[in-house]
Parts: sequence; C-alpha cells; structure tokens
Amino acid sequence: MKHAVIIGNGVAGITAARRLRSIEPEWRITVISGESRYHYSRPALMYLFMGHMRYADTKPFEDHVWEEDRIELVRDWVIEIDADASTLHLHRSGKLGYDKLLIATGSKSNKFGWPGQDLKRVQGLYDLMDLHQLHENVRGTRQAVIVGGGLIGIEFGEMLHSCNIPVTFLVREKSYWDNVLPAEESAMVSRIIREAGFDLRLETELKEIVDDGSGAACAVVTGQGERIDTQLVGLTAGVAPNTDLVRESNIETGRGILVDWSFRTNVPNIFAAGDCAEIVTDGDGRNLIQQVWYTGKMQGKVAAEAMAGRDVRYDPGIWYNSAKFLDLEYQTYGFVSNLPQPGQVNLWWEHPSGRKGLRLIHSETGEFLAMNIMGMRARHKVCEGWIRDKRSIEFVLDHLEDANFDTEFFERHDPEILETVRSQM
Amino acid sequence: MIELPILNYTYDEEQLGFPEPPKMPDPSIGVGERIATGAIALGILGVLLCGLAGFGRGGWWAIGVSFGLLFAGGSSLSWFRFRDTTPGIRHDHTMFRSVQRRGWIAWGLAILITSFYIVFYWYAELQNAGMPPLLEGMIRLVDPVSFALQGVAADQYFFYGFIYTLAILVFGVRMIMKYRHNRYHIIRTISVSFFQLGIAFMLPGILRRLDQPEFYFTYFWPLQPKYLWPGEAGKLSGLLEGGGVIGMFMIGFGIFAILVATPLLTYFFGKRWYCSWVCGCGGLAETLGDPWRQLSDKSTRAWRVERIMIYSVLLAVVLITILLWTNYYLSQGILGSFSRIAYKTYGFVILNMFAGVIGVGFYPIMGSRVWCRFGCPMAAILGILQRYFSRFRITTNGNQCMSCGNCSTYCEMGIDVRAYAQSGENIVRASCVGCGVCAAVCPRGVLKLENGSSLHGRYS
Ligand SMILES: Cc1cc2nc3c(=O)[nH]c(=O)nc-3n(C[C@H](O)[C@H](O)[C@H](O)COP(=O)(O)OP(=O)(O)OC[C@H]3O[C@@H](n4cnc5c(N)ncnc54)[C@H](O)[C@@H]3O)c2cc1C
Ligand code: SF4
Ligand code: SF4
Repeated sequence: MKHAVIIGNGVAGITAARRLRSIEPEWRITVISGESRYHYSRPALMYLFMGHMRYADTKPFEDHVWEEDRIELVRDWVIEIDADASTLHLHRSGKLGYDKLLIATGSKSNKFGWPGQDLKRVQGLYDLMDLHQLHENVRGTRQAVIVGGGLIGIEFGEMLHSCNIPVTFLVREKSYWDNVLPAEESAMVSRIIREAGFDLRLETELKEIVDDGSGAACAVVTGQGERIDTQLVGLTAGVAPNTDLVRESNIETGRGILVDWSFRTNVPNIFAAGDCAEIVTDGDGRNLIQQVWYTGKMQGKVAAEAMAGRDVRYDPGIWYNSAKFLDLEYQTYGFVSNLPQPGQVNLWWEHPSGRKGLRLIHSETGEFLAMNIMGMRARHKVCEGWIRDKRSIEFVLDHLEDANFDTEFFERHDPEILETVRSQM
Repeated sequence: MIELPILNYTYDEEQLGFPEPPKMPDPSIGVGERIATGAIALGILGVLLCGLAGFGRGGWWAIGVSFGLLFAGGSSLSWFRFRDTTPGIRHDHTMFRSVQRRGWIAWGLAILITSFYIVFYWYAELQNAGMPPLLEGMIRLVDPVSFALQGVAADQYFFYGFIYTLAILVFGVRMIMKYRHNRYHIIRTISVSFFQLGIAFMLPGILRRLDQPEFYFTYFWPLQPKYLWPGEAGKLSGLLEGGGVIGMFMIGFGIFAILVATPLLTYFFGKRWYCSWVCGCGGLAETLGDPWRQLSDKSTRAWRVERIMIYSVLLAVVLITILLWTNYYLSQGILGSFSRIAYKTYGFVILNMFAGVIGVGFYPIMGSRVWCRFGCPMAAILGILQRYFSRFRITTNGNQCMSCGNCSTYCEMGIDVRAYAQSGENIVRASCVGCGVCAAVCPRGVLKLENGSSLHGRYS
C-alpha cells in the first residue's frame, strides 16, 4: 500500500486526492493544509466577508465525504520536504513519510518591495488568514486604498464598500486592467467602477506607505507625490506561485515549481500542480503558469493520474475565463490580446447603455479565433466549438444566437450586433 | 521559509466562522425610506388599535389607516430601499441579520406567525373559551372589501385570504425591485401576484356574489383534494348539486387540470409553470418567503427525508381518495368510520398543521419552501413528471463553475445545485420549482433554466 501525500487543500490538491482515490482504492491518501481543515472555495472569500454566505456554505463537499473516501485531512503547515528520506516535517505534528508527494500550495499576493509594505494595516487578499486579518483591519478604517487593479482588487473594493468604507484605487495602467482587456472593455470596466462610487486613480503608482509611528499604515504617497490618508492598504497587484516551501530544497523552481506536462518535478515521486506549478514547454521557451480555478481542477486530475503511474499528458484545451466586475459579468473564450494583433481583425459591438459588449476576433483569412463578452452570457460549448472547429466568422455570425446563455426573457440584441459588426467587416 | 505569523495561524473557522465585520455608519438612509418605515409602524398600530377597539365598522377610512398604510408603506419601503442601489444581486449582510439567520428576531417572528395560525384554526373554540375578540375586530376591518367583492360581511377565511394576498403583493414589489435586472423574476412575480389577487382572492368572492359555489381555479386535487372527494368529506357533491352548469364546469376543470394540463405543461416547461408561476403557496414562498430562502437544508440527509415524506403524503392522499370512493359506492358499507378519521386527520395534520403552521409559520426558521419540499402532494406529482417526462433542465455552462456555493445557498428547495454544477452536470431534480434564483445569483453565469427541444440530452 502506497502513501500519497498532498500539500494544499485547494482545488488542485483536492481534485487530485479525489481522483487518486477513484483510481487507487487501496492507497493511503493524506491532504495537509495549514489554512483550513476542509476544502473551501477560494473565489467565495468575498461572499463570505460580505455576508452572502456562511463559512459552511463555501465548502464544495459535505464534511462526511472525506471519511467515506478515506482521505485523511491534516490541519498543519509543512515546513520542510526531505526528499532523500521521503519525509515531510510538519510544524506541529512532527514527521510524515510519503511514497508520492503532490505540492499544490497555490499562490501568494505579490509585493513589489514598496517601502512600508510590511506595516500593520497593509494586506493582500488571498486566503482565510487575510480574511481574518481584514476583519480586524476594517475596524476603525475610514478610508481605504487599494493598490493594483485586477480581478481581486475589484472584489476587495466591493468588500470594503459593503462596510461603507470609501475606497481609492491606485492603478498603474492607463485604464483598468488594460494589460489584459482590450481598450473598449477596459474603458467599460473603468466607467462602472467610477459609477459605483470608487475613487479610481489611473496612471498612478504607489511610492510608499507611511508609518504612523506605531508600525501601522496611516497614509500612502503616490508616484506624483500626493499623500492620501488611509487606515487600510490593500495590495492586489497580482499573485505569484507560492514556492516558499521548496525554495531551499533541491526541487527546481523558476517563477513557479518547474514541472513537465505530467506535473512531475525534477525529483522522483514529487509532483506539483495548480497555481504553484510552472509547466516547462518544449518549444518557444514561454512556460505555462495557470492561476485560475478550472485549470487547478484539470491539473489536479491529471497530476493524480500521473502519480498513479499512468502515462498522461496535460491538455490545457482552449482557454476561457469568466469574472464579474461589480455587477458586470465578463466571459472570454480563446485568447484575446489587449492590443490589436497583426493578422487579426477585431469586431466590437457595444450597447448604448455602456454595460454590454461583444468582441469577436477573426484572422485575416476569416477564421474565428476568440471572443470577449460583457454584461451577457455565452454558451461555453458553442463558443468553444467554434474555435476548436476553426469556424469562419461568417458561420459564427449566422449562428450567433446559438451562443446565447442569458437567463430567459433577457433582452436580446442579435440584430443590432449583427448590423454593427457586419458594417465593420 | 514560511513566515511566522502564518505558522502561528490556528483560527478555528469551523467553530467560529467569519462573523460580521465592523461597519461604518450607512450614509444612505433616505427620507423616503424613513417615511415608508413610519407608515408601516402606523399601519401596524392601526391594525392593532382597530382590532382591539373594534373601530372596524369605520368603513374605508379604518381599513385605510390600518391595512392601507401597511400596503403603501410596505411596498414603498422596498421601492426606496432598492431604488438607490445599482440593479444586480444585493445579498450583502444577509447572513449577519438576526431576522435572516435564525437570530432572536427570527424566532420571535416565527412564534408570532405560528400563534396567528393557532388563533385562526381554533378561532371558535378560543372565542368560546374567552379569548378577547382581537381577531374579530380585525376581520371587521376588511368588511368594506368583502362587501364590495362578495356582497356580504367578511368572515375569518376572507380575512385570511385578504392578508395572504396583501403579503404577496407587498413582498412582490420587493421581489421585483430586488431582481429588477432580471426579467424572468419580474414576469414570474407578476404572474404569481395576478393568480393570487385575481383568481384565488377576487374570483371566489365574485362567484359568491353571483350565488355560485366557491371555487379556487388555482388549486386542484391532490393539493385541494376536496374537489374530488365524494360525500361529506369533499366539495364534489356540493358542486354537483348546488352548482348547476358552472358546478359541472368546475369539476370538469379540476379533472382536466390534473389529468391533462398538468402533464402537458410540465412536459414542456417543468413543474415551475405551477410552483413558481401560479400556485398560491408558491406565490407566498416566492415573495414573503424570499428573505429566508437561504435557510433550507442542503444536506443529502435532508434530501432523503424529503423523498420519504413527500411521497408518503402523496400516497396518503391517493389512498384516502380511493378509500372515500370505495366507501361511497358501497354507501358507507365498510370502513365508514375509518375513512372519516382518515380524511379528518389528513385535513388537520397535513393541510392545517403542515401547510399552514409549519409551512408559513416556520419561514424564518426553516426557510420558505418547507411545505412545498417535504409535504405538498401536488409537488410530488409534478416532481415525478419533471424528473422523468419533462424537457426542463438547468444547464451548466461547461466547466465554468468555481464552486462558490451561491446557487446552493439560495436554493429554497435545498438542492445542492453546486454539486451538479461543479461536476459539469445539468440539474434535473424532481424538487426544483424553477424559481431561477440559482441562475440569477451565480456570479459566473454558469446556470440557465431551459426548456429543451426534447427529453433527450438533458443530463449534459
Ligand atoms: C479572492 C480570489 C478570487 C478568485 N476568484 C477566482 C475566480 O473567480 N475564478 C477563477 O478561476 N479563479 C479565481 N481565483 C483563483 C483561484 O482561486 C486559484 O486559482 C485556485 O484557488 C488555485 O488553487 P490551488 O489548489 O492551486 O491553490 P490554493 O487554492 O491556493 O490552495 C493552496 C493551499 O495550500 C496551502 N499551503 C500552502 N503552503 C502550505 C504548506 N507549506 N503547508 C501546508 N499547506 C500549505 C494553502 O494554505 C492553501 O490552502 C481567485 C483567487 C482569489 C484569491
Ligand atoms: S435549483 Fe435553482 S431554480 Fe430550482 S428551486 Fe433551486 S434555486 Fe430555484
Ligand atoms: S453559483 Fe455558479 S459558480 Fe457558484 S457554485 Fe453555483 S454554479 Fe458554481
């Protein structure tokens, strides 16, 4: 009987544990995490804080399944991996041996060496530790500053608004999240952020966080030299793979933990998957780091199969993602670049309300490549099929209504969309 | 190396959860909201005063300063409260409010509603035992409406229908304001309000004024078994004898509704056509009950209990119906007294206690659909049809679910929607009433209620 140990009970680790159980009924399986006893949904952190859900509601599985599936859960931190002895050192519960190890330690909030970034009342938003911290930090906060725009930043802002705390965003870019979103979408998002009452400062960098003398933040200074008084600084300038545990081991790391397409690290019997993994690609030298929920799920599944000795190779499939900026929903299918790419044609429709939009991208030869959809919902199967089957843009336009996934009776815009984008072709 | 504060983090999230964070004062309580709240308070005072002091005979002005103020204040409160927020899902603080998370306010409210039902059901008995005529005064308040509608003074049942309808309308406005970005909810709420006000409240009154038998076109066997029960147990004989052609039509309608319309409509649209568009119990759950939908139990254990209970009730009503008819043909030859006990017990335990006291009285404790989920025999039939003979399903959008749990949390029927969504499966469940809230609250747009083009391919 082999013992598989998984570090991290996030979506990657848990998916791996469950998959491993289904293919290896006899193995002993242990999942270790220092953050929580049970797996919970990280994207639900904001809903937990704002009172949409109780903590128990954020757990994707009922507590009894772990015992039924004989998956042992350990609440502790792993402080060292001794690969030579195939042993882990845990902070409180001593040593634990393994035959196969999966590292699924997720990400960490970026800190870019700003002066004052380690003061009290300065924090990121990634895990329950941060949420716990936030409960203390919002006490007495009359004005908050969030540094860095992005998906987590806007969620952080919404959370603070639910406590009636005014929020100023310092965003380095010209327009919100325009390092990912094309200009029109980014403008739409920037606009709705302002309409919701946020003080959005674009092209503004953080220069330093000011100490109030007691080791806590009391103000920030921007790149332009302006001082903004604040009692809470949120750092949401992206996340990076959490490699703290392996930095000093002989497991190779780049930006993340380096793995091959079967999630094997350079050390035998040690695997890594999810946010923390960096897949070494063979050809163009740009390694693959995927830091979203569904990729964590897919990676965890393949990693489990690889741990069980199966000959598998991860297929990332066609990229997609969805998110919500305040009340504005956003979905993307295929790879949409923020800047127009040579050889690609962009078609864009926007509703007069400024709260709905559709971008369709095709190649100069008319092959449909990718799309962004704002304020409306699209049917995954259909959009993915168009890209996978290399449909022509004409085909896509002729079948546009098949892709609609809005709830029933929603206002439809197909005729206007078709008229607008056809006139751009 | 892992930092020390992290190593020392041992917060017990299971036991302690994450309570309400401290808040800055809410700057935005407007004048309108204050006036509306004042009107509600005055209205409640009016109802109590008029009820106690017997001002009921004051006619329209008395009902105006009591129920009139309640209606105006109640509906304008949600108008003012939601008007200033941007349209979208507004569930902030839901789990922090005492009244919505089984706090003491919720218990107080539950006791209040439950007591009302007890007073209501044992009205005559309590009156005889010397209860002050609190209810009598209130019933007199609605006399003007009763005279206008049915030409006679109100009785306790008319009064009940009146406040029931009032609750649906007032909270219907709240529902529409809350979900005003979503047309499905707007139309659905208008539909339940229409069926309650027009068909379940006004029409029976008008029928009475025209000397026709009382009949609720929104309820049929097995939810209202009396329409098909013979003899003294049911209303069938009354309809036959006293109703003439209209009585015959009503009986025919009842039979057609359950045997033809129900399977057909459920085949095309799922059970929602009834449960969240027409039915009065559903109507109350979807309006008055909405603030408590998150209290439903999502565990698989609760699902097991649900299946045992709801099909037992269905079985009971079917057996009693067979029993009553057998007896009727044998002219009470056998089981006469037993069938009497059976239908009386059913009426009391299931219809009065379960549907009324527990079903509505326990809204603030057990959520809004306890009766619909665990008891209603109509829901049981609709559920079987929906599960096996319907094009309706909730489609899951690929692999996009991020397991956040909003859908399961706000499913009033206690369906663990997320369990399906996170596996990429569609949701085809007998109990789903098609309220559409799971699809509305999903922050990633993963769910869509759909009537497919056939029975096939429903599951993925
Ligand atoms: C606020 C927020 C919102 C998000 N929203 C979305 C979204 O809407 N959609 C989406 O696709 N993605 C979203 N994400 C990203 C998504 O949550 C992550 O991609 C995903 O959770 C990564 O899963 P994982 O299993 O790789 O790692 P994680 O979920 O980070 O799990 C890693 C676990 O390992 C534990 N751990 C780390 N080191 C150790 C150690 N040494 N010993 C023991 N335990 C350890 C950690 O405490 C953690 O519990 C969001 C992220 C955040 C922070
Ligand atoms: S599954 Fe969705 S539509 Fe069905 S009852 Fe639950 S919340 Fe309503
Ligand atoms: S609300 Fe949506 S994303 Fe959240 S668990 Fe349900 S289906 Fe998944």
